[in-house]
Amino acid sequence: MLTIKDLRASIDGKPILKGINLHINAGEVHAIMGPNGSGKSTLSSVLTGNSRFTVDGGEVTFLGRDLLAMPPEDRARLGLFMSFQYPVEIPGVSMVNFMRAAVNEKRKFNGLPALSAAEYLKLMREKSQLVEIDSRLTSRSVNEGFSGGEKKRNEIFQMAMLEPRLSILDETDSGLDIDALRIVASGVNKLKTPETSSIVITHYQRLLDYIVPDVVHVLYNGQIVKTGGKELALELEEKGYDWIKSEFDNK
Amino acid sequence: MENVSSVGIKDKLTALYRQYAAQISDGMPEAMNRVRETAISQFDALGLPRKGCERYRFTEIMTAFGHAYGYSISKLAATTDSQTVFRCAVPDLDTYTIIINNGWIDLKNSTIPANVVATEMADGANKYPELFAAHYNRLAAQKYDTTISLNIAFARSGLFLYIPDNVVVDKPIQIVNVLSGNNPLMVNQRNLIVAGRGSQAKIVICDHTLANSQFLLNNVTETVLQPNAQLDCYCIQNLNDRSSQIASLLIEQNTDSQLIANTLTLHGGFVRNNVEVLMAGQHAEASIYGLSLPAGHQHIDNFTYVDHAVPNCTSYELYKNVLNDESVGVFSGYVLVRPDAQKTNAQQSNKNICISPSARMYTKPQLEIYADDVKCSHGATVGQLDESALFYMRQRCIGEDEAKMMLMSAFAHEVVRTIRIPILAERYAEMIENRLRGRHAACGDCFMKCEKR
Amino acid sequence: MDNTNIISEVTDSEYKYGFVSDIEHDTIGKGLNEDVIRLISSKKEEPEWLLEFRLKAYRHWLTQKMPTWAHLDIPEIDYQDIIYYSAPKQNVKPENGEIDPELKKTFDKLGIPLDEQKALSGVAFDAVMDSVSVKTTYKDALAERGIIFCSFSEAVRNHPDLVRQYLGSVVPPTDNYFAALNSAVFSDGSFCYIPKGVRCPMELSTYFRINAAKTGQFERTLIICDDDSYVSYLEGCTAPRRDENQLHAAIVEIVVMNNAEVKYSTVQNWYPGDKEGRGGIYNFVTKRGLCKGVNARLSWSQVETGSAITWKYPGTVLLGDGSSSEFYSVAVTNNHQQADTGSKMIHIGRNTSSRIVSKGISAGQSQNSYRGLVKVSANADGARNYSQCDSLLLGDKCGAHTFPYVECLNNTAVLEHEATTSKIGEDQIFYCNQRGISTEDAVGLIVNGYAKEVLNTLPMEFAVEAQKLLQVSLEGSVG
Repeated sequence: MLTIKDLRASIDGKPILKGINLHINAGEVHAIMGPNGSGKSTLSSVLTGNSRFTVDGGEVTFLGRDLLAMPPEDRARLGLFMSFQYPVEIPGVSMVNFMRAAVNEKRKFNGLPALSAAEYLKLMREKSQLVEIDSRLTSRSVNEGFSGGEKKRNEIFQMAMLEPRLSILDETDSGLDIDALRIVASGVNKLKTPETSSIVITHYQRLLDYIVPDVVHVLYNGQIVKTGGKELALELEEKGYDWIKSEFDNK
Repeated sequence: MENVSSVGIKDKLTALYRQYAAQISDGMPEAMNRVRETAISQFDALGLPRKGCERYRFTEIMTAFGHAYGYSISKLAATTDSQTVFRCAVPDLDTYTIIINNGWIDLKNSTIPANVVATEMADGANKYPELFAAHYNRLAAQKYDTTISLNIAFARSGLFLYIPDNVVVDKPIQIVNVLSGNNPLMVNQRNLIVAGRGSQAKIVICDHTLANSQFLLNNVTETVLQPNAQLDCYCIQNLNDRSSQIASLLIEQNTDSQLIANTLTLHGGFVRNNVEVLMAGQHAEASIYGLSLPAGHQHIDNFTYVDHAVPNCTSYELYKNVLNDESVGVFSGYVLVRPDAQKTNAQQSNKNICISPSARMYTKPQLEIYADDVKCSHGATVGQLDESALFYMRQRCIGEDEAKMMLMSAFAHEVVRTIRIPILAERYAEMIENRLRGRHAACGDCFMKCEKR
Repeated sequence: MDNTNIISEVTDSEYKYGFVSDIEHDTIGKGLNEDVIRLISSKKEEPEWLLEFRLKAYRHWLTQKMPTWAHLDIPEIDYQDIIYYSAPKQNVKPENGEIDPELKKTFDKLGIPLDEQKALSGVAFDAVMDSVSVKTTYKDALAERGIIFCSFSEAVRNHPDLVRQYLGSVVPPTDNYFAALNSAVFSDGSFCYIPKGVRCPMELSTYFRINAAKTGQFERTLIICDDDSYVSYLEGCTAPRRDENQLHAAIVEIVVMNNAEVKYSTVQNWYPGDKEGRGGIYNFVTKRGLCKGVNARLSWSQVETGSAITWKYPGTVLLGDGSSSEFYSVAVTNNHQQADTGSKMIHIGRNTSSRIVSKGISAGQSQNSYRGLVKVSANADGARNYSQCDSLLLGDKCGAHTFPYVECLNNTAVLEHEATTSKIGEDQIFYCNQRGISTEDAVGLIVNGYAKEVLNTLPMEFAVEAQKLLQVSLEGSVG
């Protein structure tokens, strides 16, 4: 599904990603862990096409297409979704209109006709039930005045609406209490199919209790320095990141 | 008047008045005639406002006046049947309609609520001489703006609207100003609106051109809200881009009155709006909104002046601009709190987005405060669309242009949502979107389509 | 407590710098014409080009009228009734670093030690009385590092090329009415040059004192900070208590080169006039900095408590790419004082940023206006400005006004202006009272808190002084 080869990226001339290699198959969940500043969020920003970062080299293939050559909206329409660590508030744009535009743009991209008002509302209702989001939230402006937990739940709701092939959950667990975490994780699990994959970016292991990864990568200083099974996450939880740091700083 | 200097225009207009003074006064009420001479003398002495003076710091009024306009002393025969040509009617908006053609009321084609007086100024003065004399030119006479002097001198036509005490008008009153004809024309329209004690009304004023000629609409509307009156005044300005408009809305609010003034400027090459509110009675409230979406070479100047002359009043102002192409936006907002106007609450906000490299915005929010127990604030911003919101939307499959459009509509929404006629608010949103998409936001079957027929 | 009583108690405070020194002055006759200018120039033994500069400015001034747009009520000024040059006579040779004992006494009394042994550590002073600089301290220590810090007249003598290159380059003589007047008749002032890569090791300070009656003070300050250098500069001023008004029309020009930084602080305490509004200084000053180089930085901090009328807009022209400027101001007006003051930020280079924080405090029957300009020219991509102007009203006889102008000719700019006006919180005062703090002290505390953001930007040595000054200026203002 996704192949990343020697991806290098920088911000304001400062290199952050220093050669990332990663391959994700359909149906797999990959966790990317690492200490603060290791480049986790940069990776998700670069994959989704945030223009604040400059790609300095490497290739990314997503569903057979050259991902880096596409504008952000086409990447999204092709099926790449990111749950933002800090979802943006957009006053004056109602969730309903926002999602309708999103869903229909994606359908158009895939050669499908726009949904009728009735179809769209039905979809909204179904998906909001699936992820247990309060329907009142969908009648408000995008993320405006939402609590931290509501914002994250709203991200998963949008994920449900857009049915992506690959979703990146960028620190989805940050700022969530345990109940909210469980609801969000259960939403993600309900949306999982053999055709979809996920990248779960997290600092802590606790989210991985709910979203069980097939592969765990450790990102440090802009590179993937260790890859293992889900037990690697437990090991990290136990030992912290210092042993990784010392191991690689000494090299 | 082509390519003439400001002095040339002054002399020309003064001479025009002097030459036709008798005809201009002919058949008009004494209250209107007795103030003409002072006004024209003032105009003659001062000339048109000069760019750079505080009221017109960023606006060259000659842009509006520096063309050869015709001026008509008598009512022109309507070249078109305005009612058939003009179906501005916001779909489903059930209103009373008053059609005004080149400044003159077309009573035949108007529907006027039974409990309201709506007629030509001269007629109003005859029927309600005391009311007319009490209010005509009271607010206008004190303004230091010679475009108003010019109107005082030349005014012959316009609307006298009186909502008697305690009358609650059941439907919005739509006042449609249409400018028509194939020759350039200057119209000095004069309106007087008196909202009686405890009355309630919503007014929608639509300014339109039915032809692509060059017009200059120099409008002065004096509005008095008597105690406890509630008046909503929504103005939609949509002249063709060759035309100019100076709209002076002068308002006096008495005790416990409530005002909403909302100006939406779509088209019009040169637009200057003066919204001046005098808080003359305690516990009055004014909400003043404006939204302009200039593109091309439009120049739109919104000037507001809120005079808190008495204690315990509240004023709230919000003006927004989305500027495209080479357009220029100006906002000058003045709030004066006089020495005894304690417990004044005055807030003013001006927010602007420049979406093209050549658009320019000048803003000048001002507070002049002589009372201490007040809450006053103002804020002004100039910026662009929120980059992080744009990226968020693109990550959600929405194309860049569409995302920008949604953000601009959202920016405008803050003004739209203040409209207390739901269907009008919807139509506003639509017109705004059309305007932002570069389409003509013409209401219904307005001239843009007529021309194609 | 009755508000008005407290207000009058507070406004009764003393202006403690109002004494007159008994010093003999070398004074020329009243009035202004080309001969007077020639006389000033010859007294200062100036080169021909400088005389020409003055005469040109004077001829321009003659064509101008005094502007009237400010929110100020200024009595007519008779420019022929002013003495344009008055120098205290010294019985010693200042060139040798000596100072007249009487003058030294005056500055001691003002708290300005001109004796290096007793000096405030870390501050070098240039002391200016009326039309001349009487003493500059630490000149030699600074010279070792290549720093030039001397009186303006001395700079004209010893560094004519530098003066000629930069004089009028930031504030041209035609800039405005008072700039033209100053350019014609300026007497003395301070000159400062910091060479490339030098961080000035001490605060530099100019202290302006008006002593002679009926004279105008027209000084000029020129600061040039070369590439990668830094200086912190402080200006202070006082004048005797007199019933007639005196005009002070100064010019400050600052040039900041690549990566250099200038911090310019002012504690302005000219005589403000008495309770009835008699006397006081008219403080009509043009202060401007030019961030000429890339990443140049200029920060203005000012505490303004004095002067009968203050009319000035210290500002910065941000010419160099990436340059930045800040303006922090507390302006207090009391009794019949008037102020129309603020800042101008002109963005010309790319990615320039500016910040304006203005705190106005009005008491008594005073009028206090903030007026400011933020202008972004068409090529100033990425310009940023944030302005905040707060006004505090103490009493119901005064006025607080805000007149910002924002001109944006570039669509990548982000500009934000906010202003609020409010009165001092009765609940805050009551809270203090309940804790045993007198109303007067409470007002002082609250005002200091209100102004803290600005006071914090002053050099340490003067922050304390400024705080006291605020309190004294407002003593008794509220309830």
